[in-house]
Amino acid sequence: MKSENYIKLEFPSRSVNEGFARAAAAAFAAQLDPTLEELGDIKTAVSEAVTNCAVHAYPDSLGRVMLRLRIMKGGRLEIVVKDWGRGIEDVKRAREPLFTTGGAERSGMGFTIMESFTDKLRVRSSPGRGTTVTMVRTIKQRQGEG
Amino acid sequence: MEITTSYASGRLTLHLSGELDHHGAKGAMERINGLLEKYMPRDAVLDLAGLTFMDSSGIALIMKTRQWMHETGGRAQVENPASQPLRVLDASGIDRFITVKGERRT
Repeated sequence: MKSENYIKLEFPSRSVNEGFARAAAAAFAAQLDPTLEELGDIKTAVSEAVTNCAVHAYPDSLGRVMLRLRIMKGGRLEIVVKDWGRGIEDVKRAREPLFTTGGAERSGMGFTIMESFTDKLRVRSSPGRGTTVTMVRTIKQRQGEG
Repeated sequence: MEITTSYASGRLTLHLSGELDHHGAKGAMERINGLLEKYMPRDAVLDLAGLTFMDSSGIALIMKTRQWMHETGGRAQVENPASQPLRVLDASGIDRFITVKGERRT
């Protein structure tokens, strides 16, 4: 589908960039006039996906993370978070609630939260080559209100 | 991410403020562990009133605090989450494991 507007950012998988990534996503999404709740959901989903890059894709080193947001017709916001890291052996298992290989500091709820806060979540991964997480969230059009 | 405390008769309240994500979670957990060891409270309250953002890193931090309190025979609870942290708490189903009080639903 043709996009009406987009941004593409690339940054290293430093954890300090998690806050930057979700703030950038929220700033771009603001043109869709989302509610505070919708904006919070977008920030949360981006934070989870970018955290996965820092924790799982590049556990022992820094690597490239790409964040792309596209606005499509009907207020559809597509969020893509891509890395070229370790990849996921078993995507189905990784998406299960409470499953984590991230150790005691992780909850295993990342994909569950991404799934709850977006309308569509697709995870494509190949071990050794990287992972692409694609999420779509439709922002309700509020023309004529207020 | 900042943590301040208040303590009265066995009840330690940890006031969390700012944004809680993976970047700050490790430091926050170390700080909380240190405070729990120092005060050895009967009740630990995680007051989220000042928390403007939280992702699943916050869920791990809450569960670790709950586990620490259980192991020392105490109790833990969460209070006053604003709307975004509350949506994350709801999505995680954490209220099956820990009491969440003073919910501000918008």
